[in-house]
Amino acid sequence: MQLSLTVNGKAVNAEVEPRTLLVDFLRNQRHLTGVHVGCDTAQCGACTITMDGRAVKSCNMLAVQAAGCSVTTIEGLAAEDGTMHPMQAAFKTHHGLQCGFCTPGMVMSALELKGRKLSDDEIRAALDGNMCRCTGYQNIVKSVQAGLTAMK
Amino acid sequence: MADAIGQRLERKEDYRFLTGAGQYTDDVNFPNQSYAYFLRSPHAHAVIKSIDHAKASAAPGVVKIFTGADLDGKMGGLPCGWLITDVNGQPMKEPPHPVLAIGKVRFVGDQVALVIADTFAEAREAAELIEIDYDVLPAVVDTGSASASKTAVHDIAPDNVCYVWALGDKAAVDAAFAKAFKVTKLHIENNRLIPNAMETRGANAHYSRADESYTLYVSNQNPHVERLLMTAFVLGLPEHKVRVIAPDVGGGFGSKIYLYGEETALVWASKQVNRPIKWTGDRSEAFLSDAHGRDHVTEAELALDKDGNFLALRVNTTANMGAYLSTFASCIPTILYATLLAGQYKTPAIHCTVKAVFTNTAPVDAYRGAGRPEATYVVERLASAAARDMGLSQEEIRRRNFITTFPYATPVALTYDTGDYVSIMNKANKLADVAGFDARKKASGAKGKLRGLGYASYIEACGLAPSNIAGALGARAGLFEAGEVRVHPTGKVTVFTGSHSHGQGHETTFAQVVSSKLGIPVEDIDIVHGDTGRVPFGMGTYGSRSLAVGGSAIVKAADKIIAKGKKIAAHLLEAADTDIEFTNGEFKVTGTDKKKTFAEVALTAYVPHNYPLDKLEPGLNENAFYDPTNFTYPAGTYITEVEIDSETGEVKVDKFTAVDDFGNIINPMIVEGQVHGGITQGIGQALLENAVYDKESGQLLSATYMDYAMPRADNLPNYVLDTTCTPCTHNPLGVKGCGEAGAIGAPAAIMNAVVDALAAVGVKDMQMPASSHRVWEAMQQAKMPAAAE
Repeated sequence: MQLSLTVNGKAVNAEVEPRTLLVDFLRNQRHLTGVHVGCDTAQCGACTITMDGRAVKSCNMLAVQAAGCSVTTIEGLAAEDGTMHPMQAAFKTHHGLQCGFCTPGMVMSALELKGRKLSDDEIRAALDGNMCRCTGYQNIVKSVQAGLTAMK
Repeated sequence: MADAIGQRLERKEDYRFLTGAGQYTDDVNFPNQSYAYFLRSPHAHAVIKSIDHAKASAAPGVVKIFTGADLDGKMGGLPCGWLITDVNGQPMKEPPHPVLAIGKVRFVGDQVALVIADTFAEAREAAELIEIDYDVLPAVVDTGSASASKTAVHDIAPDNVCYVWALGDKAAVDAAFAKAFKVTKLHIENNRLIPNAMETRGANAHYSRADESYTLYVSNQNPHVERLLMTAFVLGLPEHKVRVIAPDVGGGFGSKIYLYGEETALVWASKQVNRPIKWTGDRSEAFLSDAHGRDHVTEAELALDKDGNFLALRVNTTANMGAYLSTFASCIPTILYATLLAGQYKTPAIHCTVKAVFTNTAPVDAYRGAGRPEATYVVERLASAAARDMGLSQEEIRRRNFITTFPYATPVALTYDTGDYVSIMNKANKLADVAGFDARKKASGAKGKLRGLGYASYIEACGLAPSNIAGALGARAGLFEAGEVRVHPTGKVTVFTGSHSHGQGHETTFAQVVSSKLGIPVEDIDIVHGDTGRVPFGMGTYGSRSLAVGGSAIVKAADKIIAKGKKIAAHLLEAADTDIEFTNGEFKVTGTDKKKTFAEVALTAYVPHNYPLDKLEPGLNENAFYDPTNFTYPAGTYITEVEIDSETGEVKVDKFTAVDDFGNIINPMIVEGQVHGGITQGIGQALLENAVYDKESGQLLSATYMDYAMPRADNLPNYVLDTTCTPCTHNPLGVKGCGEAGAIGAPAAIMNAVVDALAAVGVKDMQMPASSHRVWEAMQQAKMPAAAE
């Protein structure tokens, strides 16, 4: 099937099998390997991207369902010159990552919280669809707080 | 330039992870690559009567299908790296561990066939066409009763016993129990856990006819060990023709130490089909086939005198090995468990018997802490239970029994070099505001909630390990580490380490160590790891050993660089070698202002025009191997408060305070992150996680994230951390290791708090995980007249 969408700000036209998951399209056809697969039940959130500004688990939809949408992956966040987005920078400053595997999904989920003033507990609740096995979440919460402040 | 050691430097590796530029195994692809799918056993125990893959082999895109019969006789089985000797003097039972099942399957998930096709979808679809006739056998599942089962998992172990092993002075323990004022007893089930690194296992194997070499990308914690085991023990390939690369690895926690059948089959098959073969396990496969952790059943008794002094400890443990012996399975419930049963206490007599059993479940091996969490759980649950029996506080009984003089030789084979457990306790008590607990308990009670206080004072043996001691205990490998410091002509440095980083931040911490040694900026130092083609040798990362052993190897190599640099500088400055001192990146003639910078000396080494060529080789590049002389002994006290909803049984961790002594700390930010993660896995074990097999069928019931409860952000509080410091006495950095501490100390602290809270409603004990359901059930049972007694 023909698929037209916007990926990281660029128009993309591609041929995909109807059964192709969005995550597989992004990883295998667009070579956006920052989008990770950590489970097969839409529980872990490692594949989270934003679609028209909303955080979405890209393993949980077909590529063709993204037709006409604007998809942003972790690769699309930094500035042209490589300067990190404030949310990415906050994760670095506050040691919000260890092995880095869940990190792209965490950052993309956190972006959806833009403009909201949240307590630590509210951030924890908002991230409950993203699993991290390394950090114990404490520094992720700290990073998201700092990232949201920096994005204001 | 400020000393980099002790700085909270941001991590050098983070930019690539944060921008999607990390390169994990599944991100690696080769031209003409094929894809593998492993068909796994749906039965826990069955005879394979026949396999018919004619239809599957003819399916679209299929390149080749291999079964155990195709591999039989062409390779050895997967080896176990540690020989345990039974109490009867015989070696442990080591049943064959085939790369693909031969004749029988022994757990749900056992790999039966390797299907290789042009695409992954074609491989998986073809696998569905394979017809296998199984003769299903009864399954052995339960740890405690496996040795009484009429069914044998392996013919060579008719009673399912791999070994019975013992440590300690039994007569002394019996004598102490005979004169005890009080004996505290506990039945303990240490729940089976599934490691669940967020990146699943995967591999990409590639054979080149051009030079008869193999390249394996694999998600692994110790690529050199992987290569050695695979080439020398299984495939019989020349070691120098195999390159193993463990690129960015998305977490390990022990589960990626081992040599698994999947990557071994892939390496062999890549030559047969003459194409690269890629395999990425999915999460369901990870649940079924990654080596699991823990799974002990223990009877433990502590003898006390009238003052609450520990007289003796008697421990009887049955440990589940699963269906086959994984790479280090045998040493986990023995060498890394029974030796830790002294804990922080001067208990004079300890005896431990361990029976290891085979069952029709996934192999069990090291998982974060590996034996030490199980030991700590026994000792610390007993300590708090004894406090209750003796009418002492959890704090007081510990203080009365702390070891206070060092070095201290325990009755279970270890000698602690240093520590200060009283100072840790003092700091933890203050930080946790234990003085305010009663008021908080009252406030919880007013809300209809139960509040409990839990202590755990853990010790661990890290920095694995002195090779001669490990060898005497049955290790079939050395446990040193290797490092190379390569100084480039411009004075920039690349460090090659045999340690592997899969989240620990070695690229930063190790650079800080080298920066401090050589007096050059952290930005001028890169750390390379995870590639047998680039790193000289390595034993890898496990047992909180990277900094204590791997870091020490790098320090040794850097010392050699400095020693050679002094000779070069002496020549340039026309002084004697012995008159050269090296500080802050400068070689100086003592007592003068004559000096050469590190970069000047490096350039001279590579452009040796004015150089003592008759006495010294050009170049500035040094290797070192470091073999530790003792284990390191990190220790800490964790104090927790839980609040339990008496209506629903929900346990909320309200406060978690951890004070650890890791010796010297290179990067406090990274250390805190390690502790956070460890504590979270410990809380996961105590309250959430449980691998459950159906007792009859042997099916894994907790095989998805819908059934296996992982700790999530909203299950946890913010932790309060602090440290004390008694530097390790026997490694050059004075470091002890911090990677596992949290997972070791947290389960007992949490469960002691849960039991403390539930005592108010008559519940006497609780096994992990203390899920809402279990806690609610226990509370209901305690309300029944029969339980009230």
